Amino acid sequence: MTLEAGMCSNGHVSYPTHPLCPECGEPQEETFDLADRTGEVVTWTHSTATPPGVREPNTLAIVEFDVTDISGASDEFVRALGQVTTDEVETGDTVEPVYVEELRDPDAGIKVPESQDWDGYRWDPV
Amino acid sequence: MGVAVIGASMTKFGQRDAWIRELLSQAGEECLTDAGVAPDDVEHLYVSNMASGEFEGQTGIMNLLAHDLGVLPAYSERVDQTSSSGGAGIYEAWQSVASGASDMTLLVGGEKMTHKTTGQATDIIASITHPDEYKHGVTLPSFAGMTARHYLERFDAPRESLARVAVKNHRNGVDNPKAQFQKEITMEKALESPIIADPLRLYDFCPITDGSAALMFTTEERAREITDEYALVSGIGGATDTHVVHERDDPTVMGGVVESSEQAYEMAGLGPEDLDVAELHDMFTILEFLQLEGIGVAEQGTAWEMAMDGATAKDGELPINTSGGLKSKGHPLGASGVAQGVEIYEQLVGEAGPRQVEADTALACNVGGFGNCVITTIMEAAE
Repeated sequence: MTLEAGMCSNGHVSYPTHPLCPECGEPQEETFDLADRTGEVVTWTHSTATPPGVREPNTLAIVEFDVTDISGASDEFVRALGQVTTDEVETGDTVEPVYVEELRDPDAGIKVPESQDWDGYRWDPV
Repeated sequence: MGVAVIGASMTKFGQRDAWIRELLSQAGEECLTDAGVAPDDVEHLYVSNMASGEFEGQTGIMNLLAHDLGVLPAYSERVDQTSSSGGAGIYEAWQSVASGASDMTLLVGGEKMTHKTTGQATDIIASITHPDEYKHGVTLPSFAGMTARHYLERFDAPRESLARVAVKNHRNGVDNPKAQFQKEITMEKALESPIIADPLRLYDFCPITDGSAALMFTTEERAREITDEYALVSGIGGATDTHVVHERDDPTVMGGVVESSEQAYEMAGLGPEDLDVAELHDMFTILEFLQLEGIGVAEQGTAWEMAMDGATAKDGELPINTSGGLKSKGHPLGASGVAQGVEIYEQLVGEAGPRQVEADTALACNVGGFGNCVITTIMEAAE
């Protein structure tokens, strides 16, 4: 399992991946894993009115990963949204991704369970 | 070809016993009457709706409404652009007349939502998100919470400024008999209401609503024959931003608002300084700030000052959401953009009653998703 970011031939980076680069329209031919790096919390919320099958409260954060070390990358960072492992989080915190098999109950919501993945990464403050 | 609006209607918004069929036909019939147009004069019918299938199990509602209103054999189409379906309907209706494809176009927007639990309705709306967002249990309110936190921290804006938006729009809604809530709230009540998506609280959010609204469009030439009181669609623009919200360059900029309003201003030959009144998509209080900045009325990071100064109040320099906004009027998804059009039309033709302000030029900004799709419409009073 990876936290896979995509990169096009012009070095634009995105998470999640897209068939064509949202920035320039070139195919995203390279991917790399964000799961083994740490990121910084840009913003967060405690969501208390959550849909069926979602934990409550559901603390979510947008995290920024530095990608200046990636060969060929022209972007300096890439962001990702995810659940936080704890309700105690602040803007600027350093977090690391931890793998979770099921982020919400796939059978409780409106989407067809087989239509998408339900595993992924939560942000764990370091 | 100049496109005119010659009639408008809106059902009572709120928790209604009626289902989608009755809501749509009620607004449609009232709009025909208001415009003085016979059903068989209607050449195109657009129905703005996000999710009648998901909410109620009823699909094919453009056909259903066309038959119920006796507008057969008019061309009919359902328009879905999530929360901006109503604005997208205005865009389609404008195109149909501007292109010469139709001389008389009826637009009806509606949604039936309140029979679902809040959790179920939130889930249907959250299903618009990317699968990698949805699996984390993200909701539209949680995007609003994250964006509001970032805005307040980055621009050093007081939390009270958001509550002022809620208080203002509830105040405006008192004068709108069609609004879901005709009730003033205090700053204290807004600031002490339960947390929904920290730092945002219950009164930072619009309610879940049933309702329908409609507009009648025709050519400027025909409008002149039919009535003295009409409004012109002088500018309109639509744009799409990233589907994945965190991929935007700046979390406090709604690119779709910027792009669509630039298109609308250019078409109308106007700028933000020319506006007399505007309806903005205040699904969440923070969105009123982001749109004021996106449409060029305020510099980035400063719209909160307008709320604090009262500049956006009904007696302020630019009244925003005289209808009460989504905040107090309610937000039946597909109806909301049409209802924004109804409000600015009524302001321009002098039919806004106790909500009336002096206005020759008005703007409506309808936001789908969390700024994912945006339609900006500028209407002007006929000379």
